[in-house]
This record gives sequence, structure tokens and C-alpha cells, in this order.
Amino acid sequence: MKFTLVILGAPYSSAASFSAWRFCRAALENNQQITRLFFYADGVHNTTALAAPPQDEIDLPAQWSTLIREHNLDAVVCIAAALRRGVLDEAERDRYRKQAANLGAEFSLSGLGQLIEATAHSDRTITFGH
Amino acid sequence: MSTLHTVNKSPFQSQCLYNCTDLIAPGDSLVLIEDGVYALKLGGEERARLLNAIKQGTRVYALNADLQTRGLDSSWAEIKTIDDSEFVELCCKHQRIQSWY
Amino acid sequence: MRDILCISRHSPQSGLLAKEALDTVLAGATFDQSISLLLMDEGVWQACAPLGTELSAFKDLSKNLNVLALYGVDTIYIHANSLKARGLNAHELSSGNTTLLDQADTQALMRDHQHIFSF
Repeated sequence: MKFTLVILGAPYSSAASFSAWRFCRAALENNQQITRLFFYADGVHNTTALAAPPQDEIDLPAQWSTLIREHNLDAVVCIAAALRRGVLDEAERDRYRKQAANLGAEFSLSGLGQLIEATAHSDRTITFGH
Repeated sequence: MSTLHTVNKSPFQSQCLYNCTDLIAPGDSLVLIEDGVYALKLGGEERARLLNAIKQGTRVYALNADLQTRGLDSSWAEIKTIDDSEFVELCCKHQRIQSWY
Repeated sequence: MRDILCISRHSPQSGLLAKEALDTVLAGATFDQSISLLLMDEGVWQACAPLGTELSAFKDLSKNLNVLALYGVDTIYIHANSLKARGLNAHELSSGNTTLLDQADTQALMRDHQHIFSF
């Protein structure tokens, strides 16, 4: 079956992000398809490339990046949710004249239409909230 | 087709579990995830409220990894413990998923 | 069966989640999906107009609810028990185009949609 995953929780404020990550991994192990990962609301904090947690702690943004890379997943971050929370790619950094871009290479910024489109092409949608 | 519900908040902290069980339809299923698994420690009237939903035809599950990390074991005969793969399988078996948080 | 049901269960001034839920409804309608909005639990406060939001980090969401009709979302579904539990009456809601649902109607609404966005 085809799944859209909506991730609304920031990495360290709740268990939502790790639950979504585990669900994604289990779905892939069971030969389900992931149409799209959609990071929205506080979930956009999972997509920063600048997180540097202590070595003996789980690095959730890095774990998401690895899972996405290994399985060639489509990972979209809502641009409006990301901009207001300070998650920018290089184009947005330039547009808003900010000091840095921090969006991980595995993610792309786009609009909510990408969530709607993914849902339209999926059998199931599951939300992981905070 | 039926709906799969998830609850990720402890019933000792939040109304989520009861919001869900008040509305859940016969044939629907509920998976307790994250702090939602603390529902297994309910006693008295609150426990009866959850058992009543089960009697009305709701299947209730608890995510094993979340039980383990919280030092709980499944002591309810009425609640089945499932792993992450079985959670995915339940999502496939239900038409839609409502997450209560 | 309709495409998407957005279930919004959080209050308008506790964070941005209620606003971000509403934005998915606008997006769904813009992209020609049959999308519905259900306000439930703390979400029913969204339908109450604030007296002012000058001292708030968040804007008046009740105005945004009234815009939905322009996008073809004809009615806002409201879980009647959630209103009742909060001592609210339908005539206290700022939005006119609402439909109150009892438990059975709410269950039927869920069954009538393919996907749920849970907010």
C-alpha cells in the first residue's frame, strides 16, 4: 500500500518524530510504499542540517536524512511552516537576506499542495502529532 | 470501512483517550502509542470506561516498544501487544487513521 | 466517499496548529479535493471570535473560518458534545455556516472520508 506520513512533532519536544521514523522504517521493511514524507508545523525542525546533539544521544534529523537517502524517499517540508521557524534552503536564504541556510540536502521546500497531491496518490495517510 | 485510532497521551495527563473512546465506532481499532500506553495502569472507573469500549466492539492494542521503554508489561488480557510491523499492518487493514494527541 | 477530513482539536491561541490545520483545508479546496473541516474538543474555541488579539502572538482565526466558503467549503462541521461540554451554544459561534453533529453523525462523517488529517 502507498502511505503519506505527516510529521508535526519537533525532534526533542515529544515522541512524535521518533514514532514516525519507526513507523516509516517498519512500513519499508514490510514492503509498503511511502508516497511522501510531509514535514509540517513544528515537524519542520526535523529537517535542519545544523543540529549537533551529544554523541550518546539519538540524532533524529540525521536519522531521518539517512532513512530518506537509503530508500530514496520523497521528503517535502512545508515552505510557509519552515520559513516562520527559521528553516531555510539557499534560495530562501538569499531571498530573505539571512545569514545561513540550514535545510538538509535530503529535503525540499514546497507548498501544501504537495501534501494534498501525495494524499490523492496514497491509500493511507497517517499523522504524527505532538 | 473502519477507522484506526491512535492515542499518544497518558490518560493521567490528558482527555485524549476518553475523547477517542467516546467517539470510537464498533469495528474500529485503537492503538495506544507513546505515553498512551500508560492507560494500562488505569484502575477503577477509568479502567471500566476503556473496558466498556472494548465490550462495544473496539479492538485495543498497545505498541510493545513503547511499553518496554516505559517499564510496563501488558497485563490486560483484553489488550494485545503489537510490534511496529503489526502497527503498519493494522493501518493497511483500516481505511483511515485518526491520531489523537 | 469524500477525499479528506481535517479534524482540528486544538485551541486557536495555544499555538499555531489550529491555523496550520485550516491552511490544509484551504490547500485541499484549492487543489480540487473534496475536503471537510471538523472542529472537535478544544478545536471548537476556534469558532468563537476574540474580543481583540493585539496582545496575542496569534491572529484571529475565526475570520479565516468565514473565508472557507469562498473556497467551496460550504459548511464547518462542529462536534456538538464538545460545544456542550464547554457551555457554548451554536448562536455564540462567530461563523454562520456551521453544521452541528451528534456522536452518530460524527462517526458517519469520519466513515465518509478516505483520509484524515489529524490536527
